[in-house]
Amino acid sequence: MKINVNKMKPSERMKIPRQSSLEQQPDERNRNFTEVSFGVDEERALLEAARCLECQNPVCQEGCPVNIDIRSFVQLVYQKDYVGAVNKIRESNYLPAICGRVCPQEEQCELVCTLGKKHDPVAIGKLERFVADYELKHNLFSPPIIKEHRSEKIAIVGSGPAGLTCAAELAKLGYQVTIFEALHAVGGVLRYGIPEFRLPRTILDLEAERIKALGVKIETNFLVGRTATIDEFLEEWGFNAIFLGTGAGTPQFMGIPGESFNGVYSANEFLTRVNLMKAYKFPEYDTPIKVGKSVAVIGGGNTAMDAVRTSKRLGAEHAYLIYRRSRTEMPARAEEVHHAEEEGIEFMMLTNPTRILGDQNGSVCGIECQKMELGDPDESGRRKPVPSSEPKFVVEVQNVIEAVGQSPNPIIQSTTPGLKTGRKGVVVADDVQRTSREGIFAGGDLSRGGATVILAMRDGKIAANEIHLYLQKKKQ
Amino acid sequence: MYRIIQKEILAPTITKYVIEAPYVARKRKAGNFVIIRVEETGERIPLTLVDSNIKEGTVTLIVQAIGKTTKALALKNAGGYIMDLMGPLGNPTPIETGKTIACIGGGVGTAELYPITKALKEAGNTIYTIIGARSKELVILEKEMQQVSDTLYITTDDGSYKRKGFVTDQLKELLDTNLGINLVYAIGPLPMMKAVSNLTRPYNVRTVVSLNAVMVDGTGMCGGCRVSVNGQMKFACVDGPEFEGHEVDFDEMLLRNRSYTEMEKISVDRFTEEPHVCKREGMA
Ligand SMILES: Cc1cc2nc3c(=O)[nH]c(=O)nc-3n(C[C@H](O)[C@H](O)[C@H](O)COP(=O)(O)OP(=O)(O)OC[C@H]3O[C@@H](n4cnc5c(N)ncnc54)[C@H](O)[C@@H]3O)c2cc1C
Ligand SMILES: Cc1cc2nc3c(=O)[nH]c(=O)nc-3n(C[C@H](O)[C@H](O)[C@H](O)COP(=O)(O)OP(=O)(O)OC[C@H]3O[C@@H](n4cnc5c(N)ncnc54)[C@H](O)[C@@H]3O)c2cc1C
Ligand code: SF4
Ligand code: SF4
Ligand code: FES
Repeated sequence: MKINVNKMKPSERMKIPRQSSLEQQPDERNRNFTEVSFGVDEERALLEAARCLECQNPVCQEGCPVNIDIRSFVQLVYQKDYVGAVNKIRESNYLPAICGRVCPQEEQCELVCTLGKKHDPVAIGKLERFVADYELKHNLFSPPIIKEHRSEKIAIVGSGPAGLTCAAELAKLGYQVTIFEALHAVGGVLRYGIPEFRLPRTILDLEAERIKALGVKIETNFLVGRTATIDEFLEEWGFNAIFLGTGAGTPQFMGIPGESFNGVYSANEFLTRVNLMKAYKFPEYDTPIKVGKSVAVIGGGNTAMDAVRTSKRLGAEHAYLIYRRSRTEMPARAEEVHHAEEEGIEFMMLTNPTRILGDQNGSVCGIECQKMELGDPDESGRRKPVPSSEPKFVVEVQNVIEAVGQSPNPIIQSTTPGLKTGRKGVVVADDVQRTSREGIFAGGDLSRGGATVILAMRDGKIAANEIHLYLQKKKQ
Repeated sequence: MYRIIQKEILAPTITKYVIEAPYVARKRKAGNFVIIRVEETGERIPLTLVDSNIKEGTVTLIVQAIGKTTKALALKNAGGYIMDLMGPLGNPTPIETGKTIACIGGGVGTAELYPITKALKEAGNTIYTIIGARSKELVILEKEMQQVSDTLYITTDDGSYKRKGFVTDQLKELLDTNLGINLVYAIGPLPMMKAVSNLTRPYNVRTVVSLNAVMVDGTGMCGGCRVSVNGQMKFACVDGPEFEGHEVDFDEMLLRNRSYTEMEKISVDRFTEEPHVCKREGMA
């Protein structure tokens, strides 16, 4: 450490610029699946922590959906108590290595950070990742001590961030928790959707181990609704409460002609083949994936961004991102958009696909598009794209990947009588995640219809608390 | 991990496995399938639940070794394990009553048809079954099918057993003889299901087929198994696997099922060249 941050005067601390992560070079990383960002090193972490103003009113904490005591953890970093810092985070969020990597910080904690009013906000996400990685690298994790063991059994359905968080919180309270997951591995979208180059599987595996270290049982290959129903869980399996965190996994298609040609994928299928099934290691792994010279990905969210950057890594010379609004409306995390641009992703903004073209073998050979203009704002407040008068045009591509939205998988809803659903089949949950059925709670994408990792965790945490209250009350 | 309790070779390349999977066994119904993964580096593939035994906690699969995954499975023996098995998946067959039904199985499709035929027979329907195979040695489940059918017909492409010809030849005869067949179940290779559907269309006989689309998750999450039925996109794993044969776009499916032909060849060549492959397993 060249500079001693602890000896700096407040005025000097104010002058430290926001620290950036070390990253793989764009033209190198767009050919591999290793993590793009190395995060910040200790020196940068200390400099970054020194920037925090230790506000009287730490608004950052309110900006965080799980209410992490950011000011305190940043102070602990400043004091070089990294384990203290990570434990401070873990009081509110059991999976810090994940959030630090995938949370849209710029819209949450960092958006409201006081320092951000005049300067760049404190890089809270990067610090979160730093301490989590530090703990990991030095093997300093010790599971929290469970003070009281309780006999009630709780089933958690789905092992995405909502389910994992709910399970961890309930296990910490001493309950007997079992997670049921349909796929052969845990993590939900963290496993099959978000690529290795943003969230290494070793991190995910480790976080899962830490959930197990709390005594949580995990049953994979178990599709609730089919392998056993919710009512069987309650009546025959002896579960006292249930949390549903089955996400919003059903992909939507645009409904344009040509979607059945070979080479058209939903982003879910494309990413599942690559991430869950490791198709990028074919033929060492058996699951195939076929990526042509040019690939068009449709959409503007995180899913689209992951699919397009993955296509590039699988060898596409041209990886196009086709989005019908303009760049400012893109819902993806700012960092991912920036990274995609650096990696040579070709953005086609204000463009809407109208038809997929195929050759005589039934394989994709092009995509027909229409230029769009922004009209009046729609109900979401964003300006609505309308077709321009320009003639349609065709882009030559061998793959089309659609990332145009997802809705909840209906298997549980259709096999659980009395479970109220709303628009797009989401399970209706109140502000403490209770569903229309007693003893059944829900959260994450299942009740939100597609949101973020941290909101899923928030729901899981609130549900755990509510399940605890429910079970305590039932005992009386 | 799921333990293989029993293994039996039914025909060259066709093997029966009894596997320990108590939860799945309890819930299995005719028409359901599972997704399995043989090993860590393996692919997820769908296989029909041919039978189950709740008391023993086992399920029965009958599998034809045609590519890498099914050949890797064929190397496993009783006492061995497969990595993953998930289900039961798909909609169970709606069991109708009071009908005269032709049940048609082609190749390993006969195994997929067996539980359905059994359930339909138990529900009191009159069953005419037709088993089609390339040659005598590939005829499977003859005895079992006999037990659940009123009449059983067998056709072989090369005439090495029973009637020479295709299942459609036999079916046409049955339809023409006014037996009152008012429902047809056809399970087998796509070209066979297509031919059966084309045959029954002018007779106006409802025809149900089971679509073997390429699947990944089997839960409705990837959309890879999409098929066009009556002009609409359906996911075979959750909306099916059974559909009205007259509404299925078979030509589109035939193309889609060939998506990965070259890569499948790479996989299987790589696999059969590896030294561990045991030629005694009776693989083609
Ligand atoms: C490609 C992609 C990238 C994303 N990137 C980001 C990002 O950078 N930052 C961010 O904040 N958000 C991102 N998101 C959104 C975020 O991942 C989701 O909001 C979040 O994962 C939702 O968590 P969840 O726990 O509700 O459900 P999921 O993560 O969807 O997990 C649900 C789990 O339940 C299982 N399941 C479903 N049905 C059953 C059943 N019947 N029985 C048993 N198990 C079942 C599923 O297999 C799955 O494992 C991204 C989403 C995608 C698709
Ligand atoms: C609902 C359903 C039930 C089935 N039941 C049976 C059964 O009871 N017995 C049986 O022998 N076979 C059954 N099949 C077919 C079986 O899944 C394929 O034979 C198997 O996947 C081939 O895999 P492979 O690696 O050995 O061959 P590959 O060489 O990889 O493929 C050979 C052919 O099998 C098909 N196929 C490949 N991968 C998949 C996949 N992931 N999902 C579906 N099809 C694929 C393709 O058409 C391909 O051309 C069923 C298929 C479906 C959809
Ligand atoms: S979890 Fe997300 S919102 Fe909360 S502090 Fe971390 S990065 Fe910010
Ligand atoms: S708002 Fe920003 S500067 Fe203030 S305590 Fe939070 S992180 Fe530090
Ligand atoms: S196999 Fe993925 S949706 Fe059917």
